[in-house]
Formats: sequence, C-alpha cells, structure tokens
Amino acid sequence: MPYNRAHHRFAVFTASATFCLLIAGALVTSNDAGLSVPDWPTSFGSIYKIPRMVGGVRFEHTHRMIAEFVGLLTIILAIWTWRVDKRRWIKALAVGALGTVVAQGVLGGLTVLFYLPPAISSAHAALAQTFFCIAVVIAVFTGRRWVEEVPEVELDSRRPSLITLTLLSIFVLYVQLILGAMFRHHGMSWWPHVVNALVVALVLTWTAVRALAVYAKIEAVRRPAIALIGLLITQLCLGFMAFLTRVAWGHDAVQPELPMVMSTVAHVAVGALLLATAVVLAIQVWRHVPVSFAERVPEGEGSPVAA
Amino acid sequence: MNKKTWISLMSLLCLGFGLLAGCSKKEEAQPAAAPEAAAPAAPAATPIDPATVANVSGTVKLDGAAPKAAKIDMSQDAACKGANSAETIVADGGNLANVFVYVKDGLGTRTFDVPTTAVTIDQQGCKYHPHVLGVMTGQNIDIKNDDQTTHNIHPTPQSNREWNESQPPNAAPIEKNFAREEIMLPVKCNQHPWMRMYINVVKSPFYAVTGPDGKYELKGLPPGTYTIAFVQEKLGEQTQQVTLAAKDSKTVDQNFKQ
Repeated sequence: MPYNRAHHRFAVFTASATFCLLIAGALVTSNDAGLSVPDWPTSFGSIYKIPRMVGGVRFEHTHRMIAEFVGLLTIILAIWTWRVDKRRWIKALAVGALGTVVAQGVLGGLTVLFYLPPAISSAHAALAQTFFCIAVVIAVFTGRRWVEEVPEVELDSRRPSLITLTLLSIFVLYVQLILGAMFRHHGMSWWPHVVNALVVALVLTWTAVRALAVYAKIEAVRRPAIALIGLLITQLCLGFMAFLTRVAWGHDAVQPELPMVMSTVAHVAVGALLLATAVVLAIQVWRHVPVSFAERVPEGEGSPVAA
Repeated sequence: MNKKTWISLMSLLCLGFGLLAGCSKKEEAQPAAAPEAAAPAAPAATPIDPATVANVSGTVKLDGAAPKAAKIDMSQDAACKGANSAETIVADGGNLANVFVYVKDGLGTRTFDVPTTAVTIDQQGCKYHPHVLGVMTGQNIDIKNDDQTTHNIHPTPQSNREWNESQPPNAAPIEKNFAREEIMLPVKCNQHPWMRMYINVVKSPFYAVTGPDGKYELKGLPPGTYTIAFVQEKLGEQTQQVTLAAKDSKTVDQNFKQ
C-alpha cells in the first residue's frame, strides 16, 4: 500500500486536536466548571449559539466546541481511512476511534446530567486518554516509516520480554489514570494514586532501561523509550507540584487558584503523553523486537500436522 | 482523496450543519422552575400554650484572633463587582457571625406548621445573600438574581434532591423547597466558583443564624429540656443542653475554637 501523505497529516492533526481537547477538559475539572453549563446536548438551550464566555462557562463551552470539532475530524478520518487504506485492521481501528469518540461524548453528557458522579466523570477522563492513544496510533500506522520501511527486527530472548514489560507499563499507567481520575473527581482519596506512582515509576524505568540498554540501535524503539523516561521524570515533578498546590496548600481555597490549575492541568496533559508514548513503544517493540516464534508457540505445536 | 470522496465528505458536513441548525432553540431566560412536588399533607401542628413559652438567646464567640479573610478574584467576569473577601469565618471583635443555631433534640414528636411565606436568597455582587440560611422543610425559597450576569444555582445535598439551574439577569425568581432535614447543605455557582452558601433545613421553627454581633434568639419554645446545636461551616458543630421552665428566658452563650 502506498504512503498517503495527506491522510497521515490529517491523522496527526486529529491526534494534536485531541491533545488540545484533553487540556480543555482538564481545565474544566481544575476550574470546577463542569456544571457551569447545566444542560446537554444543548448549551443554555441552544446547540450552536455561543453563550457569554465568562466564569466557568468559558472553560466548559470551549471544551464542548473543541469536542465537536474533534468529533468532526474523527468522522472525516474514519471515512478517509475507509476509502484510501487497504489494510482491513486499520479500517477497523478508524471505525473504533469513531465509536470511542461517540461514547466519549455521551459520557461527557451523562456526567453533566447526573451532576458529575465520580464513576462517570472518571470513565470520561479515562476514555479521553484511550481515544487520544487511538488517534496517536492511527497517526503512527499511517506514517511513512510504518508504511514503507522494512522493519529492522531483532528477536528478544530475555525474560521478561520487552513486549511484556511495555504491556505491563501500559497496564500500570492505565490503573494510575483511573486512580488519578477518581481522586480528581472526588471518588477516592489521594493516597492510592500516590502509592501507585511508585509502581509506575519502577515499571516504566525498568522498561525504558531495558529498551535503551539492549535495543538502542533500533531507532523506532530508542526514541519512544527516551521520551518515556523523560516524560516520567516530568510527570513525577508535576505530580508533586499538583499534590502541593491542591492537597497540601489548596484544600481550603475559596476558588481554584492559578498554581493549582496550572500544575493539575499539566499533570493530566503529560500523563496522556506518557500513556500514548508507552502505547507507541509497545507497538514498535512488537514490530521490531518480537519474541522468537519457537518461544511463543509451545513445543510440538509449531510443526506442521498431517491432515 | 478522489472527487467522489470529497463529494461524500461535503454532503455529510452540510447534512450535519443542517441538523444542528434545525435542532437549535432560541436562547431565552429559563422560566422559573416549579418547587419540588408538594409532600403529602403534614399532620396538624402540635399546639403550644403561648402562656408558658420560653426563650433562649445568647452570643456565639470565636476564641483567639479571627483569621484574615481570603481574597476573592472576581476578574473572570466583569459583571461581578461584589465585596471580594470570603465569608468562611466572619468574626468581628470575637463575635462569630453565620453560625446556625437550632434545637437539635428535645422536641419529641411535635409537629409545626410550615410558614406560607417564602425566604429569599439574593445573588448580588456575585455573592449569595445571606451566606447562611435557615428554612423549614417544605418552606419555599425564592432565589433572585440581581446581577447583570448569568448564575447557576447548584445545591449539593446529602439527603435531598440535587439540582442545577441557570438564572440569567432579570429572570423571574426560581422557587424551590427541600423535603428533608439537612444541616449546612452547600449551594454553589459553577460559573463563579467562589460563590458558596449554606442552607439549613429543619422541621421546627426554632432556629436562628447569628448576625455580625454574634447574637441569636430562639423564641416561643415550650417548657422542656433541649439540645441546642451551634453549627459553623468550617468549625463544625457544638451542642449545649438547656432546661426551660414555663416563661423562662435563658442565656446560652457558645465559644468556638479554631
């Protein structure tokens, strides 16, 4: 299948717009503006009229407008992928992205209509980052390197394998995302998120060190591994700042204060980048550093069997 | 993309915008919401002999220096020009304001008539007036907006029904009531996150909110032994017992510590 530059750039644009949407959503939560527009799917009774953008409304309505734009981009991306891409699995992925963005919109509406219940708000937060990861991997799969280059492959014989470590990284990051979202939406105390941060730091460091120590010569693995370790350090610093400004200093604040808003929003944004980087690393490891076939298939099952 | 794809995409976009335009409604002031459905007819009020009633009054004090009121930043809405200090703890000369005082225990199975007059919450200068309100179960509350900006009123109760309604400038008052007892029920505006007040819903008319001088008065209590509760939004609840004989007039002061 030939590389389609316009299609790939559109996928990158969709992923970038989704990242902006994540930041807009984080601003809504940090500014306690989730219910400033009390109705949904309308805003103050209208679908297209822009209300007076003051107070919490400017965060909530801006979030809704960017969400509509990302929804539109996703529709276009799904149709475009369906039309131009010959790979069936990526067509399915694009349709899956569309389904995810629709589900995400419905969750966003439900959380407004039910006055921000922690379970629904946290599901909205988790699905947001899931969708971001899908948008990022579509951008990776439509890229020139993925489409045209013959992958440099090196079999992985270490235990646990690098692919296992990357999958474990995604798992602990996802758990961390849910714990953070539950705390942020008042469904849980802060300490499970902080305790799990240690687990995340350990697993991600192990994964990145393994990738860099053994497979640094494979660029597709080396780059996300370096990004993973850099983002991890940034995220730990931001988490500490968010803890100070929200839990230690800000628990009695009469209104959301700028340091708290900035640190928590940055923490959410870098968290999303970290999860997406772990997903990209897992995909590149799966492609470039597979576990050898003999080890994947139990003895005896790999040989041809007479009919 | 080929020509067919472009035509398909453009058709889809036009259809989408057409649907949006068709579905939209005029933005208009929301009509005053109806209060919660009337509860089943309350039993007749237990009679109280007016010749024997007693009174309790007193002053609520804060020990030590009052904390400096936090400053509110109202710059995110130019229409907000209210006093920019928070009312979390308001103490002038040791007298503690905004303490809700009520008879927590001792009234037994007595029932009381619900006042037919509504109490008012006014949104003015992007603050709630009053900051702490007492009301009887089922009594109507009129919520007014005197600001030139839209507010939303969002109570977050534990045992009553939650709601969240917006109120544009010059809109008719929103009329609401609460069916169940609840102390320090927070009300907030998600458009102006510093706006917060507390409604106290009780079954008896024996309640008061301390003024800037820290004083309160509970009038017309039948003789008996009562638990008087003093509740402050940040400092919590303190109680005292008092026994009232016929026509008694007792002073019950209360001190809060930070």
